[in-house]
Amino acid sequence: MLDVQPTHDAGGAHAAGPDGDRQPLLAVEDLHVEFSTDAGTVRAVEGLSFSVDRGEVVAIVGESGSGKSVTALSIMRLLPARSGRVTRGRIAFDGRNLLDLDGEQMRQIRGRDISMIFQEPMTSLNPILQIGLQIMEPLQIHLGLDEAQARARAVELMRLVGIPDAERRLGQYPHQFSGGMRQRVMIAIGLACNPKLIIADEPTTALDVTIQAQILELMKDLSRKLDIALIVITHNLGIVARYADRVIVLYAARMAEQGPAEAIFHRPRHPYTMGLLRSVPRIDRPGGARLETIEGLPPSLAAPPSGCRFAPRCPYRIAGCDAQPPLVATDTGGLSACVRTAEIAAGSIAWARAAADAGAKAQVAADQPLLSVRGLTKHFVVSTGLLGRAGRVRAVEDVSFDVRPGETLGLVGESGCGKTTVGRLILRLEEPTSGAIRFEGRDLLRASEGELAAMRRKVQVIFQDPYSSLNPRMTVGQIVGEPLRVYDLAQGDAAVRARVGDLLGQVGLRAEMAVRYPHQLSGGQRQRVGIARALAMEPSFIVCDEAVSALDVSIQGQIINLLEDLQRAHGLSYLFIAHDLAVVRHISMRVVVMYLGRVMEVADRDALYREPLHPYTKLLLDAAPVPDPTVEKARAPRLITGELPSPLAPPEGCVFHTRCPLAGPECRQAVPPLREAKPGHHVACVKA
Amino acid sequence: MAVAEAAPAPAPAPASPGPAEAIAARSRTAALRRFCRQQPLGAVSLVVILAMMVAGLLSEVVAPYDPLAIDFAGILSPPSWQHWAGTDAFGRDVFSRLIHGSRTALVIGFASSFLGSTIGAVLGAASAYFGGRIDDLIQRLVDILLAFPLIVLALVVVAVLGKGLVLGIDVNLICAIAIPIVPRVARVVRAAALSVRVMPYIDAARAAGYSHVRIVFRHMAPNLVAPYLIMLTAHIAQAILLEASLSFLGLGVAEPTPAWGLMLSGNASDFFREAPWLILFPGLAISLAVFAFNLFGDSLRDWLDPRFKL
Repeated sequence: MLDVQPTHDAGGAHAAGPDGDRQPLLAVEDLHVEFSTDAGTVRAVEGLSFSVDRGEVVAIVGESGSGKSVTALSIMRLLPARSGRVTRGRIAFDGRNLLDLDGEQMRQIRGRDISMIFQEPMTSLNPILQIGLQIMEPLQIHLGLDEAQARARAVELMRLVGIPDAERRLGQYPHQFSGGMRQRVMIAIGLACNPKLIIADEPTTALDVTIQAQILELMKDLSRKLDIALIVITHNLGIVARYADRVIVLYAARMAEQGPAEAIFHRPRHPYTMGLLRSVPRIDRPGGARLETIEGLPPSLAAPPSGCRFAPRCPYRIAGCDAQPPLVATDTGGLSACVRTAEIAAGSIAWARAAADAGAKAQVAADQPLLSVRGLTKHFVVSTGLLGRAGRVRAVEDVSFDVRPGETLGLVGESGCGKTTVGRLILRLEEPTSGAIRFEGRDLLRASEGELAAMRRKVQVIFQDPYSSLNPRMTVGQIVGEPLRVYDLAQGDAAVRARVGDLLGQVGLRAEMAVRYPHQLSGGQRQRVGIARALAMEPSFIVCDEAVSALDVSIQGQIINLLEDLQRAHGLSYLFIAHDLAVVRHISMRVVVMYLGRVMEVADRDALYREPLHPYTKLLLDAAPVPDPTVEKARAPRLITGELPSPLAPPEGCVFHTRCPLAGPECRQAVPPLREAKPGHHVACVKA
Repeated sequence: MAVAEAAPAPAPAPASPGPAEAIAARSRTAALRRFCRQQPLGAVSLVVILAMMVAGLLSEVVAPYDPLAIDFAGILSPPSWQHWAGTDAFGRDVFSRLIHGSRTALVIGFASSFLGSTIGAVLGAASAYFGGRIDDLIQRLVDILLAFPLIVLALVVVAVLGKGLVLGIDVNLICAIAIPIVPRVARVVRAAALSVRVMPYIDAARAAGYSHVRIVFRHMAPNLVAPYLIMLTAHIAQAILLEASLSFLGLGVAEPTPAWGLMLSGNASDFFREAPWLILFPGLAISLAVFAFNLFGDSLRDWLDPRFKL
């Protein structure tokens, strides 16, 4: 079946030779990967072919379950041994078919010629080994360096990836490094043996926006400088736009489209790519209009549809879509798996505009605030060291804002800025150290038990993680129906069942879903159940804590639209806590920017994004990637240098002065108060 | 892999309001049939446990001989068609004594393990849920109890409480064996509860303003079933053996009452070279019981977990 290459050069003399420049560094041909699961055989990758040239940056984009990580693991031959196997295909790396190598030969390639950077820098370093040892290990194993040589090279590598004070930090342990620094260490380990190819699986997903930009900039820079090919696997289209030369779009185990980055973003030739680009909120465009989403869910790979995988969700579906579409060359120099590619290229079909009623935002009515937060402060006492010397984490410090009825207030900031704590304080899941929270004019902190119980119902929450926010032992019907029974909102089983069906309908689920357990639902469906549970209480205010950030791009758009529809239908107010500036721009009416527990800036959405006043806001907006290669490549990102200071010992004066480009001596003197720079635009900076 | 969509759930169609009892009965037999199909090992162990229960309840009917009848003519006779498991040093039928002993084993073993594990689980869950002072208090008590070996603690309790026979069952003995189990289960359940406590669905329940009792019993407890069942079944074995040790020391069940532990540890140890069946069959009975309870606990745990249902 396979034209097996004679691989006599097994021993190690793997001189690629000068002719290596002619052929691509990596050529994946007709790759098929299967997994055996309890539910039967799942074809995780089907017929995937692509190549990567030396020094090229290729992005593989796709939603969860599209097969992008499986592709990476297949190249590394790291598929789970029992359940996963490559059933067909060829992976030629530097002229050798990796699938023919034995374990020992493959081990020599891993880490030496191909290295991999994983998503989670917190868990992919061994916590009990010094950083130095972990960087030196591949050098000693693969290149046979002695201790001193390896140490010298490790120091060099750490400088290369921008870790200051390298000699000293070699002896430190992973917990002494921040997330961004750990990812730099991972990159240093990846670079250690001068690999020809680095595969980065979601390398920045776990990092903050500002750190994310630093890491991506570093990777792109290194790949160019050292002529390393880079495969970036991601779901974030913004990252792709800034860094990739070529983009491969996967959908449900098959390639939907591939082509040069410019073409994919400006002239997509596959309906899935078109839909994906449209369903992402854009930070550089004013929000307000309804997001145009791809309806439906990705298919199950255990029972995929015959023919085009995307057809069930595709607005241009025609009879010819019942057969599996071949990959055809597009006018943009790429490939597209759509039978109507030519028509799309000719512009004779375009993505249908969403319903025209868009933009009709809920009206913010009264000027009497629904929720009013004043001087909210939360300190966590932590004990450090053996003797339990108590330290104070200043999670939230003197935060004030109002939320008006029917309004969406965005709350943005990097991890550790205290935004989630603010949400938990409002929900009374934590007791504030000081400050006041008034809801409908009544003080939540001094409310009696009875008043609090009534208030609980009015203030609800939607969590980030749809996997852990639903009790796995309860059915959807029990989860949504519980508040109805406890608060006696529906009398009798029949009434409860009817109301549960009604609520599920409101969030776009079928009433039959009530008998299912959470694990039988997809991520987007679970999030809808979470929303239905909140709605069951008949609340007037909902805290959305990163409510869409764990969802796939096409599902994210659906949920955002749902939240906006519900707001209009029920006059809800949202506190929308998020780190994704684009999503916040889309959904919010006003935005609060937090940094290290303090409010930096409060303004109307458009004013904030058009002319941010606080230097932190400016840098934050600069760091956020935009899914548009032309915009991305035109602007020189001003990176925020440095790391987030520890909230255990926040800087004196303005907390941002350690990273602020404008900081002067006066910034270290006193905490700048939040002042009204323009009508409705508050900023906490003496220079702005 | 997301298998979420595919398998059509074994959807018990939303029961239309009708003769509710008939539906309940039908679904109960259906559930039993489903249990047997999905958990064959569990079904086998359930049969063994049921057999033990029958033997224990109807031992007078089932046993071929009177377990106390002494027959000096036939002492230490090996297994035969008359005496399936041989006779002991007093000529008593070992098989009949095993049948009668299953009552003691079930009552003492199961009751004390159930009592100890349940109290331990409630303490552990409360300790984790409330945290702070309550946690400190409960955990220091647990520390104190853990400082004593199982047998010593049970000894002390029996010595202090003495005998308290209710319906021929020594309630104080059950308590004595249950108390040392409490701290061990409390520790394990607390650890599991700590991780459940920080799950967002518990936060959601708190944000909904539900009472503590509701959150602990409705939201946390079902997610603690796995460690609870494992500890419960594992301690049944411990309890049977502990009862045997106490009996050997003269503080548990006393001769001539038939009890597995007593049969294993009593005068059998003097004769086992000549009459190995004296220890073989009680030993087998204990192993079988322990094995059955463990397997049944495992299958019950899997079966109760909705994540194992497709």
